[in-house]
Amino acid sequence: MLDLLSGFVQELRNAGLPVSLTENLDAMEAVRHIPLEDRDAFKYALGATMVKNSAHWRSFETVFEVYFSLRGPEYKIVEGTEDELEQMWREMQEQMQQGEGKGSSGGMDSLTPEEIAQMLMKALMNGDQAMMRALAKQSVQRFAGMEPGRPVGGTYYLYRTLRNLDLDNMLQKLMEASKQETGSDLTALEERLEKDEYESRIDSFKKEIEAEIRRRLVADRGAEAMAKTLRKPLPEDVEFMHASRDEMQLLKKSLYPLTRKLAARLARKRRHGRKGPLDFRNTVRHSLSYGGIPAEPKFKQPRPSKPELMVVADISGSVAAFARFTLMLVYAMQNQFSKVRSFVFIDGIDEVTEYFKGTEDIGEAIHRVNTEADVVWVDGHSDYGHAFEVFWDRYGKSIGPKTTVLFLGDARNNYHASQAWVVQEVRKKARQVYWLNPEPKSYWNTGDSIVGEYAGHTDGAYECRNLRQLEAFVEKLA
Amino acid sequence: MEHRFSSVQQVRDGLRNVNYLADDGIAGVAFLADRLAKPILVEGPAGTGKTQLAKSVADMLGARLIRLQCYEGLDESKALYEWNYKKQLLRIQADRNSDSWNEVHDDIFSKEFLLTRPLLEAISAPDPVVLLIDEVDRVEVETEALLLEILSEYQVSIPELGTITATQIPMVFLTSNNTRELSEALKRRCLYLHVDYPSLEREKEIVLAKVPDITEHLADQVARIVRSIRMLDLKKSPSVSETLDWARTMMLLNIDSIDAQTAKETLHVLLKYQSDIAKASKELSVDLV
Repeated sequence: MLDLLSGFVQELRNAGLPVSLTENLDAMEAVRHIPLEDRDAFKYALGATMVKNSAHWRSFETVFEVYFSLRGPEYKIVEGTEDELEQMWREMQEQMQQGEGKGSSGGMDSLTPEEIAQMLMKALMNGDQAMMRALAKQSVQRFAGMEPGRPVGGTYYLYRTLRNLDLDNMLQKLMEASKQETGSDLTALEERLEKDEYESRIDSFKKEIEAEIRRRLVADRGAEAMAKTLRKPLPEDVEFMHASRDEMQLLKKSLYPLTRKLAARLARKRRHGRKGPLDFRNTVRHSLSYGGIPAEPKFKQPRPSKPELMVVADISGSVAAFARFTLMLVYAMQNQFSKVRSFVFIDGIDEVTEYFKGTEDIGEAIHRVNTEADVVWVDGHSDYGHAFEVFWDRYGKSIGPKTTVLFLGDARNNYHASQAWVVQEVRKKARQVYWLNPEPKSYWNTGDSIVGEYAGHTDGAYECRNLRQLEAFVEKLA
Repeated sequence: MEHRFSSVQQVRDGLRNVNYLADDGIAGVAFLADRLAKPILVEGPAGTGKTQLAKSVADMLGARLIRLQCYEGLDESKALYEWNYKKQLLRIQADRNSDSWNEVHDDIFSKEFLLTRPLLEAISAPDPVVLLIDEVDRVEVETEALLLEILSEYQVSIPELGTITATQIPMVFLTSNNTRELSEALKRRCLYLHVDYPSLEREKEIVLAKVPDITEHLADQVARIVRSIRMLDLKKSPSVSETLDWARTMMLLNIDSIDAQTAKETLHVLLKYQSDIAKASKELSVDLV
């Protein structure tokens, strides 16, 4: 047990979770107090003592599943469960025979894919958990085509299984079936609720399948090896450029609390710190109560200047996600800046400040940026040179000594002219000029990346691959 | 030491008896907190019953709840203890002639002149207490250090008096709305509990338990609509307390089945931003296809 736990802690640390020594000891102490056969209690005991940040829970869960997936009676890969399943299948068939007078006998293995689909549909309709779990096992066994020792990741098996089950269609079918069942027409609201219900059931079924695949993989290769391949990065470490769709959702979710935290921190920083200059009027006023002696000097409240911000972002395919996040972050904390103007470009450039005005919904504004902004000039391949030239011509005049200009992009210029003089000119007029690049530093200036040419004219070029780095930069900026 | 709870299930049942529906995680962590004698740090979105948890545990144990509401600028004299200066002054003046210096000096720094504040009160109380430190993320990072001694050792050191150790270890809950990252030192001393929006079934049960006379059908509908709304990308998702308010609204309006029209008209109970309301009503009434 001790070995297992220390292996588990090691893996948590490898996944990036900070687990201190005391927390480790607490966990050991905690598991003494709970019944080990209660898997959920065990999990919560470990979680409560070692994971102190809700954003890290997902990573913890993955590691936990890998390490303890084969422990606990109902989670073993026991072929014996087949009996149970067959039992269920027979019962269901009997029901169906009464209903439709149709059905074939035989065990689980002789089921046709159509029959499995039918069972699944029934299980989903009734929300039958046990049935769903059994079916998940069965479908992985059948469709995933897992072979021992095959060096393929879990996602491949998951894809194979899901392709065979065709769950997208299932939702449609379920909706139709439930319409028939109730007979009457559902109102839009009811239909919507029904759909959400089925979606969540299908979702939990997918998770069941994922878990089953994981269990089998762990059984095949051992926990240590699997933990490495399944390791999920923490939300703040997910790279913008390589985030999957799920990770994007996660990033979006963690962006909002992050801006709130950042804004609170900045506001606090502004309020504390040094006092302003002497407030003569106020001091004289207060001196009256001391008989005209200025015994209590009063100071003005400091008013630290808020920077004016101009964001110039590349939104071509490769870096679009990064630009989106930076814009979201900047606008979510707009009140930390006196003014924010934003421009987007691919090979043409367009101002998008208007989209963010008068709307509370930043997501909506970003959507408009992506669909409505006029950013294509010739062919829709990044051309920093041209975009910058136009930027200088059109908007150069509005850059003042209070302005901070932020360039976002990987500077992969498709071998066009760089026009780096624009950045140089901008720097002469602006307070500060920064360049943020979502690529790892080691890729800079390789291939058609010319970030070095621009960076030389800025006050700093920063690598900004994940939320952690972005947060650090924005804090510095405001 | 004697334990308050004998099993996780007992915690769960006990909480249910005082109308707080705990899930496995909540009950499990509360159980462990008792066994390990550690404070619980409860985090989660606003309105998910974090403060209520502490109240309910106090209720269930029949213990007195001592509450320390945190705010910016909270200091030692409001959280821990303070000397009763006026009384000290009186004492000195009362026998100016008789006592020698040493006697008075020792005298005025005794328990008699100590004003206890919530934290000190919690550990020096003879009766069972539950200590709730509410919204701990509102104090500055430096002030957090005030809490560390009491959280790990259950004692308070007073320079003039010595160390006061707890007569019995109270259950301690800290809540946080996560507006800032708490310090590592604080987190390390606590068990961590994240309370999220409840699952569909649990929310339904909560509605059934908290809103008298509500029908099962209506509770189910309320819970399902709220879940759908939470799936949308909103500025502020409806909290559990708002769900309950909404269910009560339905009861007051004598509605036993919610249709799109009523939902739309009463959305402002659930959602507090105009843009959210617009979005939700659009989503709810627009057809799927």
